[in-house]
Amino acid sequence: MSLTASDLGVVTASFLASGVELVEALTIVLAMGVARSWRAALWGTGAAVVVLTVITVALGTVVGTAVSRSALQLVVGTLLLIFGLQWLRKAILRSAGLKALHDEDATFAEEQVAAQAAGHELRYGLDWYAFVISFKGVFLEGLEVVFIVVTFGASAHSIPLAAGGAAAAGVIVLVVGAVIHRPLAAVPENTLKYVVGLLLSTFGVFWVVEGLGTFAPGGGSLGWPGGDLALPVLLATWLGASQLAIGTLRRTRPPVTA
Amino acid sequence: MIRALRTFAAFWFDFVVGDDWRIAAGVVGLVAAAAVIVHLAVVRAGIVAAGVALAVVVLVLAAIVSDARRAPR
Repeated sequence: MSLTASDLGVVTASFLASGVELVEALTIVLAMGVARSWRAALWGTGAAVVVLTVITVALGTVVGTAVSRSALQLVVGTLLLIFGLQWLRKAILRSAGLKALHDEDATFAEEQVAAQAAGHELRYGLDWYAFVISFKGVFLEGLEVVFIVVTFGASAHSIPLAAGGAAAAGVIVLVVGAVIHRPLAAVPENTLKYVVGLLLSTFGVFWVVEGLGTFAPGGGSLGWPGGDLALPVLLATWLGASQLAIGTLRRTRPPVTA
Repeated sequence: MIRALRTFAAFWFDFVVGDDWRIAAGVVGLVAAAAVIVHLAVVRAGIVAAGVALAVVVLVLAAIVSDARRAPR
């Protein structure tokens, strides 16, 4: 079985998005485990994973069966585009030095201080603060991954591929986190977010245009000139425009220190 | 109950729209305008595709320039 450009984009975007979000979730869980209770932190993580799995299955079923292909492409493309442009905008501002970079070590230290200052409440035999914060951290970071996996996968008819990419990143982050037992501060988060932003924006535009066929007199998907070959062209356009923006901002604006 | 609904709505607004509502509003407005053009069948599909792609790039660059102008010097 050979991978198409679309399949490759789905796997890469899912893998990178999942990796970046899970690195952030890992920082929170590690802080709760170290400062409060490993048992509660792991129960919170497990509970969030269960809820996210249920949401993935439910959303995947609804998205995969309830709407026509072009309508699905339009809705998913619009949402991915909004999502992708936000990721891209922040990554460009960070690369240009106009927004502070995400610092996992600083987040870890802040979470630890907050955890040590919080009161102790025991519920169901668990340190409730550590459970809730771990649950929220994993759930909120994971929800973005679920969204990307389901929407990307459904539009490209590759939910297993998208889920596989996300799961692979999850396993790597978990294994590395368990081995080194500290936040993965060396991961180039902004670069990964930049790549994910480029991919989401590329596929977002591609599917929005195809989905606009819903409104055409004959219905069906609107075709891109060159079909799937438009994807690398779109990606190159985003890459060129974003690099131009970064270069221009670096020359004209002083960097922000924070 | 109302507070819970507000919190729920605020969470999803923040999740989908993010911290720059102008991008979300711009994308939705752009898609709506393109839908009208496609429905009226006044231009070919290739022109719609190129137009949408170009308009989205301009939209995000405009948002970034606006952010940069507001950033402290």
